[in-house]
Amino acid sequence: MTVSLVLVIVMSALYACAVYLLLERSLTRVLLGFLLAGNATNLLIIIMVGEAGLAPIFDPAIAPEEYTDPLPQALVLTAIVITFAVSSFLLALIYRSWRLANADDVSDDADDVALRGGAVLIEAEETAPEASTTDFPHETEPQR
Amino acid sequence: MTALVPLVVLVPLLGAALTLVAGRRPRPQRAIAITSLVVLLAIGAVLLWQVDQVGPLVMEVGGWAAPYGIVLIVDRLAALMIVVSAVVLLAVLVFSVGQGLADGDDETPVSIYNPTYLILTTGVMVAFVAGDLFNLYVGFEILLVSSYVLITLGGTESRIRAGVTYVVVSLVSSLLFLASIAMIYGALGTVTIAQIAQRIDELPVDVQILLHVMLLVAFGIKAAVFPLSFWLPDSYPTAPAPVTAAFAGLLTKIGVYAIIRVETVIFPGPELNPALMVLALLTMIVGALGAVAQADIKRILSFTLVSHIGYMILGVALGTVEGTAAAIYYIVHHIVVQTTLFLAAGLIEREAGSTSISRIGGLAASAPVVAALFLIPALNLGGIPPFSGFLGKLGLFQATAEQGDALAYALIAGGALVSLLTLYALIRVWNLAFWRSADAVEGDQSRLLRSVEEAPLSTSTVSGTRSTPRLMTASTAGMVAVSVALTVFAGPVYAIADRAGQNLDGPSVYIQTVFPSSAEGGELE
Repeated sequence: MTVSLVLVIVMSALYACAVYLLLERSLTRVLLGFLLAGNATNLLIIIMVGEAGLAPIFDPAIAPEEYTDPLPQALVLTAIVITFAVSSFLLALIYRSWRLANADDVSDDADDVALRGGAVLIEAEETAPEASTTDFPHETEPQR
Repeated sequence: MTALVPLVVLVPLLGAALTLVAGRRPRPQRAIAITSLVVLLAIGAVLLWQVDQVGPLVMEVGGWAAPYGIVLIVDRLAALMIVVSAVVLLAVLVFSVGQGLADGDDETPVSIYNPTYLILTTGVMVAFVAGDLFNLYVGFEILLVSSYVLITLGGTESRIRAGVTYVVVSLVSSLLFLASIAMIYGALGTVTIAQIAQRIDELPVDVQILLHVMLLVAFGIKAAVFPLSFWLPDSYPTAPAPVTAAFAGLLTKIGVYAIIRVETVIFPGPELNPALMVLALLTMIVGALGAVAQADIKRILSFTLVSHIGYMILGVALGTVEGTAAAIYYIVHHIVVQTTLFLAAGLIEREAGSTSISRIGGLAASAPVVAALFLIPALNLGGIPPFSGFLGKLGLFQATAEQGDALAYALIAGGALVSLLTLYALIRVWNLAFWRSADAVEGDQSRLLRSVEEAPLSTSTVSGTRSTPRLMTASTAGMVAVSVALTVFAGPVYAIADRAGQNLDGPSVYIQTVFPSSAEGGELE
């Protein structure tokens, strides 16, 4: 199987950026990381086709080896649709989290924190989040 | 009879469409939802009988033969899982209908609850009957997407917070699964499970182990195997009680189901079995210790859920017929018991207004029915004879003892210890929430005052008590009856699990089911 080196390099770069973004606390960056990882995975499936060939439209004059394998393209189409649907849902969740808690980050589990230090009162975050952890504009007043 | 195979997917899917059409009329919507699950249960029972008597059923979708088309397969394991899931999903649906009726539908937006719940059912069924890896991925996605909606139902702050963790972790596991499908396709040129099993020996051992580990990590996240179990106790307890019950009972077990398929059909070799056994031991112990430390009933139950996943992984990791059979019986037992316990926790929440054991007491006197409905599954989960939990653990320990090395005996010791720790955690709940008198609760005030004063202190607020509708109690009692029936009819159920385990002794039966003409292990022309 021959694969294109360029595609492999692009895929690795996408995966690397995706892992970096997924490990961030900011939810918007996590979403971007997920999108990159989804595209990298789709690229991985495309790479698995091997060398590209003719469009897979049946013609008796053409030998079967000349065609591109159509199955991974079908898989990628399904995967793209799923990724699209899920990322829009995740975007809605992030927006909801911003509206409710003015928070754009992965917060600690309140019960875990309480368990760790006895009964600790967890203050709800009232002020605007730190500039380093959010991608939303600062001047927006939280609406409840 | 093969016509019944796609029906297990189609019935809940059509039901979901109809409930969506009837969105503004709660009464027909509930009737449609319950009817489709009853029909599903009937189909599952017929399938189980048929498969057990005659043999596995294969449906070639669209008439395309196996390596080119999609196949749906129902063997004994799949049929058994379909029946148990249908029972559990039906009981949980009845419970939530009871809750919705009592609350006047203001807490749960029923117009989307029922369709989403039925689509979750569809995803579960697709995962059980899938004959190729990509179809399994699609099944997982269907059930995960509907579970994202259910776990954030109502969109309150705590549910969004928990939901985000759950969604992101599930997404990562799905992408890992998709990437491993891509690698398997690149290496073997197929995604049909039976054909993968035929060709897998042609790969070098290191590539095999790489693919094996990728699949195990993807399914391990879904099944909540330590150290990939961190997300579960955070995200499950905040969801509405019936949703948590269905998730806790079913969703992790579908991960275990996929691991069974991987270990028995795709990679039957013993290379990773010792590693899996160590992970099983760690899952058991870490989960049980977490359960002991918690103070909220739903979180205690979530941690026991993690710890008992370890028992199932142990059975699978043995790689013997006895081990697989014991794991299958244990899955059936655990789906039923864990769901029952979460339903009972939902009843406790209604009766006492909280699930925090430091805030409630005296329930044995004030709600004796709930006390009985909690105690029986709690003893069952703890492995007290003669309940099914004891029988399942006994089967697992016997299968483990046959292996006979130091690791096996360490696992038996760990399993017995974890069983006691589970019992300790649950009896602590019993002593504090049910057995002590309500006056003994520290700083006990009137419940209304308490809910006002303590609400900001904890995520588990005392939200006031409400009367418990009969329908909720009845569905929980029905589940308790099913769990007791698993004890009474342990012989026949264990026999089915045993025959299912024999079918999974290596990939040959599975391959012959899909490719009846080909010789065992031979390549299809």
